[in-house]
Amino acid sequence: MLTAKDVRQALLIGLWFMFLTFPLLVIKVNTIEDTIIWRWNNMFIIGGVCFVATLALRSGRRLLVQKKQEDASLKNSRLSSRIRTHLHHKMVYLPLLSLVLLFFILFPTQFSTYQTTIMTTALMYVVLGLGLNIVVGVAGLLDLGYVAFYAVGAYSYALLNLHFGLGFWTVLPVAGLLAALFGVLLGFPVLRLRGDYLAIVTLGFGEIIRMVLENWSEFSHGPSGISNIPRPGLFGLDLSLNQSIIYTYYLMMLMVAFTIFVVNRLQNSRIGRAWFALREDDIACQAMGIDKTRTKLTAFALGAFWAGMAGVFFAAQNTYVSPKSFTFLESAIILCVVVLGGMGSIIGIILGALILILLPEYLRAISDYRMLVFGATLVLMMIFRPQGIISTVRRTYTLKR
Amino acid sequence: MYCYAPMEYFIELTFSGLTRGSIYALIALGYTMVYGIIGLINFAHGEIYMIGAFTALIASSVLTYLGLPLPAILILAALAAIIWSAAYGYTMEKIAYRPLRDAPRLSPLISAIGMSIFLQNYVQLAQTADYLPFPALIPEFDFLEPYAGIVGSTDLVILVVSALGMIGLMLLIKYTRTGKAMRATAQDKKMALLLGINVDRIISITFIIGSGLAALGGVLIASHIGQINLYIGFIAGIKAFTAAVLGGIGSIPGAVLGSYILGLTEAFATGYVSSDYEDVFAFSLLVLILIFRPAGLLGKATIEKV
Repeated sequence: MLTAKDVRQALLIGLWFMFLTFPLLVIKVNTIEDTIIWRWNNMFIIGGVCFVATLALRSGRRLLVQKKQEDASLKNSRLSSRIRTHLHHKMVYLPLLSLVLLFFILFPTQFSTYQTTIMTTALMYVVLGLGLNIVVGVAGLLDLGYVAFYAVGAYSYALLNLHFGLGFWTVLPVAGLLAALFGVLLGFPVLRLRGDYLAIVTLGFGEIIRMVLENWSEFSHGPSGISNIPRPGLFGLDLSLNQSIIYTYYLMMLMVAFTIFVVNRLQNSRIGRAWFALREDDIACQAMGIDKTRTKLTAFALGAFWAGMAGVFFAAQNTYVSPKSFTFLESAIILCVVVLGGMGSIIGIILGALILILLPEYLRAISDYRMLVFGATLVLMMIFRPQGIISTVRRTYTLKR
Repeated sequence: MYCYAPMEYFIELTFSGLTRGSIYALIALGYTMVYGIIGLINFAHGEIYMIGAFTALIASSVLTYLGLPLPAILILAALAAIIWSAAYGYTMEKIAYRPLRDAPRLSPLISAIGMSIFLQNYVQLAQTADYLPFPALIPEFDFLEPYAGIVGSTDLVILVVSALGMIGLMLLIKYTRTGKAMRATAQDKKMALLLGINVDRIISITFIIGSGLAALGGVLIASHIGQINLYIGFIAGIKAFTAAVLGGIGSIPGAVLGSYILGLTEAFATGYVSSDYEDVFAFSLLVLILIFRPAGLLGKATIEKV
């Protein structure tokens, strides 16, 4: 199992990290009172954790190699693939689906309004994740400014309501279309760029939108934001706060269902397959006669469309929008949802959103470390499981003889 | 408000632009070197620069506490910043990028974004999210007294030190064995391997040098502005990246040229137009270059071969 060499290596790694984290973790300077606090215990914690983690990683890797050798003889016996074949069986699939649906329908009746609000937020991230998935997961265009479209949606509801008194239901499609328009506007200039440049330009675009919202006070009320945005209405009925929270939850659920339906249909459509082709190999894709420009633009527009609608929900749920909600970190969280769940996989992304949003809420202990964990998740997923928790099943055809 | 003569104002803006440009250049060099060698936009590079500034702040506080004289503090703090930033850069490459060397293009980029978020929050948890005042480490020079309104001694130190750093890097790349190996690796990794170059080591060295330069930039800018927080890396990183792209990413003289152009543009734009949209100028410039001349000013347009 573990040799003396492993232990020595782990010890060295532990010491290295103790050295590495020494100035930042151990010394804390109070520049106002000119005092220095030494936190030596942090150093030993880091050293110990790194030592143990290295040992665990090494033995884990060794076990995995052994298992792979054993597995080589028994083909197709891997647990995940067995689960997947079972999942696709109608006998398992339908009852499971209805059970999940029942849980979500009964959720507000069983839990407090606070929990319901959190769940609504999580569902919002499902929509955002599925929208970003069109751009990143399906079409393979890394968009780091996705939050810009979310902001466009939220601000269009806030501003259209403030100036013209338009209601939730009128704005919802309008905001979606506006966001899609912004998607096309962004898409046009960046079409020629390759993956990594595209990432930076979209990031820049997201930041520009946020800065404009922050600085152009006459238009957007600046950093103080816009408050008193009405919650969604129900045929002019007066709803109490509690009722309207629950109502918003159900609307969000419908929205998620609608999103799943559309995204699923899209993926199997002509345009969806063109996106997959674009992701796999854009030169071959062009050679097959697919219009690259149009395909990329539709990906941007349709991805942005969902962000815009989610933005309207965000504004309606919080009754308040400000530029602070639309920082780069928000884009990173949505990206994390897509990456954790599995790029291109709808069930994966739903799971990813629920895990990433609900877990920090319920585990208060880790909520301070939330963003730290998000960052680490992105790195670790890329290294150990780039296909996400649930990988997409590639549609395969076999010829019958 | 002082009332400047237009010419004096112009010269002052020029100096401020050159100072900014020098800092951007120190960071941009790291981007461009890493991109030149492994074709990765090292998203977390700005964070390395931020860590450099924090390390320098901590080191200088500890050294002040020990009662060392000012020049010694300055040099030791800068050294500490360079050493630790280089260590972070080295470790980061080993953990987050090396396992992904043969992965699809997007994977290391996402990993780099993750690393950037991780490091920001690590600093926030280990230190603080607030602004910290950075001590004035650079002494006032007497001979600059008559020009006080135009160029400060900090500006001068930044200009000189960064110029020295850049010249040092050029000499290293041009005349040493390591530099030769770096150029070879950048040209063709496989061929370099065949010629007996330890490519992994060269990549590590690239990260170490790039991080060290960024840390130097961090120390200089922190003593120029007088305060730091954990978000300085993000904005500076994006701007330095803009500079690197402007000059042509992968090209070292390009990065320097691009940085000075960006620094001057920003200085004049904020000085003559408006300072509200300071960061928007840089971003818009970036978008414009990428649209109209993606290869940059000094970069060669690469033709993709199938």
